[in-house]
Amino acid sequence: MDEQDISLALQQQVLDAFQNKTPLAITGGGSKSFLGRTAVHAQPIDISKHRGIVEYDPCELVLTARSGTPLQEIEAALAEAGQMLAFEPPHFGDSATLGGTIACALSGPRRPYSGSARDFVLGCQMLNGRGEILRFGGQVMKNVAGYDVSRLMVGTYGTLGILLETSLKVLPRPAASITVASECSAAEAIASMSGLLGKPYPVDGACYHGDRCYVRISGSAQAVKEARTRIAGDVVADAEKFWHALREHELPFFRHPSLSGKARLYRIMVKPATPPLSIEGSWLLDWGGAQRWLRSDEDIATLRRRVELAGGHVTVFRGGDRDEEIFQPLSGPLLTIHQRLKASFDPKNIFNRGRLYADL
Amino acid sequence: MPHNRKNDVALNIGLLRALRSLLPPESVLVDAEDMRPFECDGLAVYRQLPMVVVLPETIEQVQCIMRLCHAQQVPVVARGAGTGLSGGALPLADGVLLSLAKFKRILSIDPHNAMATVQPGVRNLAISEAAATYGMYYAPDPSSQIACTIGGNVAENSGGVHCLKYGLTVHNILMLKVVTMEGDLLTIGAETLDSPGYDLLALMTGSEGMLGIIVEVTVKLLAKPERAQVVLAAFDDVVKAGEAVGSIIAAGIIPAGLEMMDNLAIQAAEDFVHAGYPRDAEAILLCELDGTHAEVSEYIATVRKILTGSGATEVRTAVDEAERQLFWKGRKSAFPAVGRISPDYYCMDGTIPRRQLPHVLRRISEMSAEYGLAVANVFHAGDGNLHPLILFDANKPGELERTEEYGRRILQLCVEVGGTITGEHGVGIEKIDQMCLQFNNTELAQFHAVKAAFDPSGLLNPGKAIPTLPRCAEFGAMHVHHGKLSHPELERF
Repeated sequence: MDEQDISLALQQQVLDAFQNKTPLAITGGGSKSFLGRTAVHAQPIDISKHRGIVEYDPCELVLTARSGTPLQEIEAALAEAGQMLAFEPPHFGDSATLGGTIACALSGPRRPYSGSARDFVLGCQMLNGRGEILRFGGQVMKNVAGYDVSRLMVGTYGTLGILLETSLKVLPRPAASITVASECSAAEAIASMSGLLGKPYPVDGACYHGDRCYVRISGSAQAVKEARTRIAGDVVADAEKFWHALREHELPFFRHPSLSGKARLYRIMVKPATPPLSIEGSWLLDWGGAQRWLRSDEDIATLRRRVELAGGHVTVFRGGDRDEEIFQPLSGPLLTIHQRLKASFDPKNIFNRGRLYADL
Repeated sequence: MPHNRKNDVALNIGLLRALRSLLPPESVLVDAEDMRPFECDGLAVYRQLPMVVVLPETIEQVQCIMRLCHAQQVPVVARGAGTGLSGGALPLADGVLLSLAKFKRILSIDPHNAMATVQPGVRNLAISEAAATYGMYYAPDPSSQIACTIGGNVAENSGGVHCLKYGLTVHNILMLKVVTMEGDLLTIGAETLDSPGYDLLALMTGSEGMLGIIVEVTVKLLAKPERAQVVLAAFDDVVKAGEAVGSIIAAGIIPAGLEMMDNLAIQAAEDFVHAGYPRDAEAILLCELDGTHAEVSEYIATVRKILTGSGATEVRTAVDEAERQLFWKGRKSAFPAVGRISPDYYCMDGTIPRRQLPHVLRRISEMSAEYGLAVANVFHAGDGNLHPLILFDANKPGELERTEEYGRRILQLCVEVGGTITGEHGVGIEKIDQMCLQFNNTELAQFHAVKAAFDPSGLLNPGKAIPTLPRCAEFGAMHVHHGKLSHPELERF
C-alpha cells in the first residue's frame, strides 16, 4: 500500500467525537487486541492507513514513521542499512504496526541490556482528545525542552491520544551473535543470569526455559569470540529461531492447550535476582529473570499478593476475565494523578475508555 | 526581629513560626547573609534571595513543609547542589527554597539486581565510587559530576559525554520517591524494569522541579567496561571532522564518547591544561571506545582507518591511561579554559541533527562576525549537542545584551534545522522565551495541563521551564516549528 498521511481526516473524526462525546476505539493492525482490558463499546478509529516512513537517515541513527506503518516494513528498511530496533519488539502477528507497539510498550529479549521501547522514543506527533495535533520531543538524541510527553505516551494503550508519528533512535545490528545454553535449575539460572549483570560482557539476551539457561552474546566478531570463552554452555544451533519464537510467544510453552481453558498466562515482573517464587504452574524466565511468564490456574488476587511481597507486579497477559483489572492496580494518589493526566489530554474521555484501567 | 534583608517582600511570620517548630534552628535560614549561597545556581547572572531557606533531612519533614506551603499558598523551589546552568533553581522572593543538601546517604547498593538506592543529595560521582567495589558504576556523567547531585540530575535529565551509548538520566533510573505539592508521598516507577500505569518516571525526569520534590532515587548500575581507549584525530576543516563522525556511525560503531572541538576551543584548552592537542588543527575529534579487550582493539583499528580515510591530518591513540585522561582533561576543561581567555562567556546548549553541522557552524561564524563576538565551539558530536561559547565582556556597555541576542539567534537556528533549544542544560528561567520558538500555543497549553495534574495550585517552581501564553505573545517571536515557519506563505523581512 502507498504511503499516506491521513492525519487531517483522523483529526476531523476526533473533533466530531469531541463534539458529540463519542467514545473511540483506536485500531491499527489488530495484532494487539488481545492485550489489556476490554474497552467500553466504542466507534472504531482506524489508523492503519496512516502509514509510511517519513524520514530515515542511517547516519543520524533516527527513524520517523507514521503509526500505521507495519513493523515489518520498518524492520526491513533498517536491516537494509545494517540497523535495527534495539528493543527487539514482539510483533504478535504480521499486521503489527509501529503505533500499536509503542502504545503497548512492547519490548523483546534485548530489553534488559539495550533498553525498552520507551527508551528509544525521541519524539512524537499526536492527536489529543480536543482534536489538537501536537508535537513533542524531536529527532535528536538529547532534548530536554518541555516535559517528556513522547515517552509518557509509551504504554498508555491509546488512553491519552492517538499517536500519529514516532521518532525512534535506532542502532547498528551487531556484527556477530551466538547463543550458549546449559542445563541447570531455575535457582542456578537466576544466580548466573544476575551474575552476568556485573560482568562487562556483550550479553543481549538471557532466559531460562525447559531446564536450560540460554545466554545470547552479540557484538563485534572479536567481542563475541572473547565472551564465548568466558560464558559456559554449549553453542545452540539455529539460535535466531529460538529467540524469535520466544519473542513472538511461539514456543510450545505459550501455546499450551491449557491456555484455551482455565489457565492464564501471567506476566510477572520482579527484581532479576529474586529466587524462584513457589507458585503452582509452569514458568519461563526471560529478561535475565526480570520478566517471568507463568502459566497457571491460580487466581489473580492471590497471585498479586504473593508477587507484591516479592516487590513485583503482575499482568494477566492472556486469558482470564478481560473485564477485571488486567494490570496491577494503582495506589490512591497515583490513580488520582493518572486520572488528572487523562483528563488533561482527553477531557471528554473519548479514547480507549477502560482499556488500561476500569477507572481511566 | 533584626533580619538583615534586602527583600521587599514581607516575611510570612506564621509560616516561619511553623517551619521553626518543625526543623532545628540551623535548618531554617532567613538572614540575607545565610541565604546568600542559595541566591543563584550555576547561571549566576540571575540572582534572587528567597523568603526563607529550609534544609529538611527526612521525608516526613519534606511532606510537612509542603503541606504548610500548600495551605498558605507559598511557592516552593527545590535545590540540589546548585550546579544547574539554566537558572532552574533560582529562588523566588516570596517563596521557600527547599534544599535537599542534607539527603546525602547512599541507602543501598544491590549488585545482584544492578541497582542502587540513594537520597537525592548524593553526588553523581559518589554513586559510581560506592559501586566500584562491585565492578559497577552509574553511567550518566555530566561534566559537573564531582559536585552535582542525583536529585538535580533527575530534575534536569542530565547527560554527559557518554550518553550516545549509555543514554541520559531517564535511561538509567528505575524508581523515584516524590513528594507532591500537597504533601503526598508517591512511588514512581519500580525496582522492576517497568511499572504499572503511565510512564510517570519519564515525565518526572527533566521536569525541572515543576511536578514534585524528588526525595529518593533508585538508579541502574552497569558493569564497568573492561577497557576504554581514546583516539584523537586532527582535521584542517571542521566539515571533514563532522563527516568523519557520520562515517564512524555508519560503520556500525557506537563510540562511548565522541567529542569535537574547534580551533579556538583547542587553543584555549591547550593553553590551560597542555593536553597535547595539535594547535594548528581547525577541529579535533576525540573518539572513545569501550568494552572488552578484544572488542576495543577491533574497534580502534576500524576507527583509525575511518578517520584517516576521512582526511584527518593526524590520528593518535592514547598510549596509556594517563594519556587517555589527559586527552579528556583538555575536553572537560574547555569551559574554564575559555573562561581564562575572555572576561565572560555564555554557554549555549542547542541540539541539531548531525548532518546540519556544517550549515550551523557556518551560520554561527557569520553571526560571530556580525556581532563582533568571538565564539568557541565544543560539541558532543555523537549526539548532535552543540555548546557554542560566546566570549564577551560584561563590563563593556551593551555587550551582554548583544551576547544574549546572538545566543537567542543560535537557538532559533537550532530549531529551524530541526533541533532543540536545549539538549541537556534545561530551560529554567534562561530559555523560557525560546520555548515559544519551539512549541506552539496548544503544545504549551498541554504542558501547563500536565503540570496541573501534579500541582493543581501551581506552587512548584512557578515561572520556570514552560512559558505562559501571554509571555510568548509578548516575546513576539515567530514560532519556528521543526524546521518550518508557522506561516511559510508569508514573506519575512
